[in-house]
Amino acid sequence: MREKITIKHAKKVYGSAVIIPDLNLEIDEGEFFTLLGPSGCGKTTLLRMIAGFNTIEGGEFFFNDKLINTINPAKRNIGMVFQNYAIFPHLSVRKNVEFGLRNKHVDKQTIRAKAEEYLKLMQIEKLADRMPAQLSGGQQQRVALARALCIEPHVLLMDEPLSNLDAKLRVEMRAVIKDIQHRVGITTVYVTHDQEEAMAISDRIAVMKDGVIQHVGTPQNIYQRPANIFVSTFIGRSNIFEGTMRIDGNMPKVKIHDYEYEAPQVKEDWRSTEKVRVSVRPEELVMHPGGGEGLSAVIDDRVFLGLNTHYFMHLSDDMPVEVIEESSFDNRFKIGDSVSLTVNTKRINIFTHDTALNIVEGVENDVPVEV
Amino acid sequence: MTRQKKQFEIWSVITILFLFFFCIFLIFPLFGILKQSVVDVEAGGLSLKHFQRFFSQRYYSQTIFNSVKVTIAITVCTLLIGVPFAYFYSFYRLRGAKFLFVISILCVMSAPFIGAYSWILLLGRSGIITQFLKHVFGLQIGSIYGFDGILLVQSLKLFPLVFIYMNGAFKNIDRSLLEASANLGCVGVKRFFKVILNLSMPTLLAASLIVFMRAFADFGTPLLIGEGYRTFPVEIYNQYLGEVGTDYNFAAAISVLAIIMTAIVFLIQKWATSHYQFSINALNPMEKKDPKGIRGILVYLYCYLLVIIAFVPQLYVIYLSFRNSDQAIFKEGYSLASYRAALDKLLVRSINNTLLLGIGTLAIIIVFSVLIAYLVVRRKSFLNNAIDTLSMIPYIMPGSVIGIALVIAFSRPPLVLTGTMAIMIASFTIRRMPYSIRSANATLMQIPMSIEEAAISLGASKLKTFAKITVPMMSSGIISGAILSWVSIVTELSSSIILYNNRTITLTMSAYMAISRGNYGLACAFATVLTALTTISLLAYLYISKSEDIKL
Repeated sequence: MREKITIKHAKKVYGSAVIIPDLNLEIDEGEFFTLLGPSGCGKTTLLRMIAGFNTIEGGEFFFNDKLINTINPAKRNIGMVFQNYAIFPHLSVRKNVEFGLRNKHVDKQTIRAKAEEYLKLMQIEKLADRMPAQLSGGQQQRVALARALCIEPHVLLMDEPLSNLDAKLRVEMRAVIKDIQHRVGITTVYVTHDQEEAMAISDRIAVMKDGVIQHVGTPQNIYQRPANIFVSTFIGRSNIFEGTMRIDGNMPKVKIHDYEYEAPQVKEDWRSTEKVRVSVRPEELVMHPGGGEGLSAVIDDRVFLGLNTHYFMHLSDDMPVEVIEESSFDNRFKIGDSVSLTVNTKRINIFTHDTALNIVEGVENDVPVEV
Repeated sequence: MTRQKKQFEIWSVITILFLFFFCIFLIFPLFGILKQSVVDVEAGGLSLKHFQRFFSQRYYSQTIFNSVKVTIAITVCTLLIGVPFAYFYSFYRLRGAKFLFVISILCVMSAPFIGAYSWILLLGRSGIITQFLKHVFGLQIGSIYGFDGILLVQSLKLFPLVFIYMNGAFKNIDRSLLEASANLGCVGVKRFFKVILNLSMPTLLAASLIVFMRAFADFGTPLLIGEGYRTFPVEIYNQYLGEVGTDYNFAAAISVLAIIMTAIVFLIQKWATSHYQFSINALNPMEKKDPKGIRGILVYLYCYLLVIIAFVPQLYVIYLSFRNSDQAIFKEGYSLASYRAALDKLLVRSINNTLLLGIGTLAIIIVFSVLIAYLVVRRKSFLNNAIDTLSMIPYIMPGSVIGIALVIAFSRPPLVLTGTMAIMIASFTIRRMPYSIRSANATLMQIPMSIEEAAISLGASKLKTFAKITVPMMSSGIISGAILSWVSIVTELSSSIILYNNRTITLTMSAYMAISRGNYGLACAFATVLTALTTISLLAYLYISKSEDIKL
């Protein structure tokens, strides 16, 4: 069963602290949707409100057209995967997977068959009669997923499910989760603070900060056209420069220090903005030998990471800047060299100085942003 | 605006039931004792004359001083012998470690007065060792009656408490912390005091408190071996049932003073512990060393000598139970005469009562502590916090005070319980409550909330989640706590001596009665049956649980 999740004016308060002031969100049926943000941003709180483990202080939560605010969590038909897996340690793998169906007055044959089906789907049918203590982290993760899916829930909720795994297993399980989700086609809400994981796995991502959604969009759009400075620095790395903008004929021109370049991607409505902030990703800066056009900088350090080499440098006003370049054999630049930096102008994002909103064409944000 | 409605459900009913229970069996008796202590029977009305009498006559006020002095001495002594023992046990790979463990647990689990009684038989005026030394070497050993005797008996009985606690703390110390300290140049004795002992300080304080409470409230030892050295609990008993005439009001006044004393000590301990707020969790637990060389020999010598000396009294009692005897005199030859005499003296009834009381109380305690832990940990509310606080009150009430409080409360209508099994069960339940609930709380706190949420999200009701997930997951912790409850119920003396009668007599009481009537052979037989019962319980527990995890 595929369900669309609609959240209208959600509010969460703990004591006198407002965790989520007023949140609106629509999650499409069958979508893999990720809540991403730094710790304390309210993403897990929101997930637990959907699950019914947190009280709702305001607003309405719908599965399709059904209001679920007052429905008991046991009756919401939700599959949930917890950060610590929450495998029942006193029950075997099979009993864990069967647990949900046993609460549903289903006959024994069906229970056994269904459990077997999901054990097979997660490739853990050989572990069915083991106790959880005998399983590795990755195997426990598979049990947790099989158990959550076995009840054929309306939606699947996952709370940082990979954070307890080591780096290699994390990448492997991320592929497993994505694959299973596509096969089952269930609407999934996934919480993580790991932006790379979010990008790899999601159809759409909501970036949250202080209980407010900053940007909802596809991983690509969020990375390439972040809605504001917070998103641009939280997703990937960005150098943020202070700059000014002027119109030269019909062309907006942005000036950082004494380096000026054309910015045709600035939206018509925003071209009168004067003070701006410019966000430049390390791979969007191009290094030239010192003395030429561009921002002059001195290289402080160089880190070789195989495919790429990272350069750490400072500008004439001591501002630190990071540049990434594909590694080359000839080591063009060394520590201590003076360089000139130019930008790959079309890809650059420009924000207003005061509200930090992105003012270039191509931002697709599915939540309205208050200015 | 929608708000999730708080439903009136089964847990609210349970909260109310517990509050009701506490009011009847704790608050009401406690209030009764307070009231009795300030009632002036002759003149009518209220007065503080009982307290005045206590403080104005040195004969009485001396008992406070005596109790505090001997209890502090016992606490210090148990630490001095218990901490090194725990250190050797947890840092060295000792041969027969299991043996050391079981024997030391048996020492602390023995009935309160058996040790005192046996030491009298060994080292008393006509004790076997005393006589031996006198006749063979002409040596006079000092008196073991009074202060020294209480100190000796109680230290050897209670040091295993320090051992159990500290062993747990030492096991929790991460190896890397010790390696770091060695790396920074701090090793050996210096490291023991600066790092190991400091890290275990919260546990050390907890162990000190429990030793203090036990020693302070102990009744059997000073009664038998104290002679002129008069302590609080004995005085309460004397005033209540003494040969020189009874004075309920005065006994109540002394009880109130005893509660105040223990409350003060409890608060001091809490204050001291608050200075050591840290939690350690061993990722790399200690690796035990092999004891080598002269140091190894000393370690072995210390551990085995300590445990054997502590256990000798019980062995001697078992030995004597098979000797022929006539009242207070043991004669040549061996027989089962003492056991035959015991059979005539209610042995069967005593065993039946002991098992019945033990099983009944244990069942109630387990149900109570699981339910209360769930209320306190998972359903925090004002009322449930109140239950938590109330459940701690018996911690500072010596057993004899609980006994007297129950008698005062339930010897009159509307509820007459004196002389019944029910009042014994109530008293044992109340006495064990602080320990069992705390241990259940700790167990439940270690179970992540998400396990229960997982069950609920899979469609299980709250009650079903509790029964099928929470309770089974708590069971290992509950069982390890239950074994100590069981043994302390079986060996309970200080409140049962006030509450028992001929129909509700227990093994412990029978043994004590035999001693107090000077029938030593009979007493040994009862004591041996009691020791056998506790040994079997402990071994059964260790066999089932396959762990050394005993919670207090």
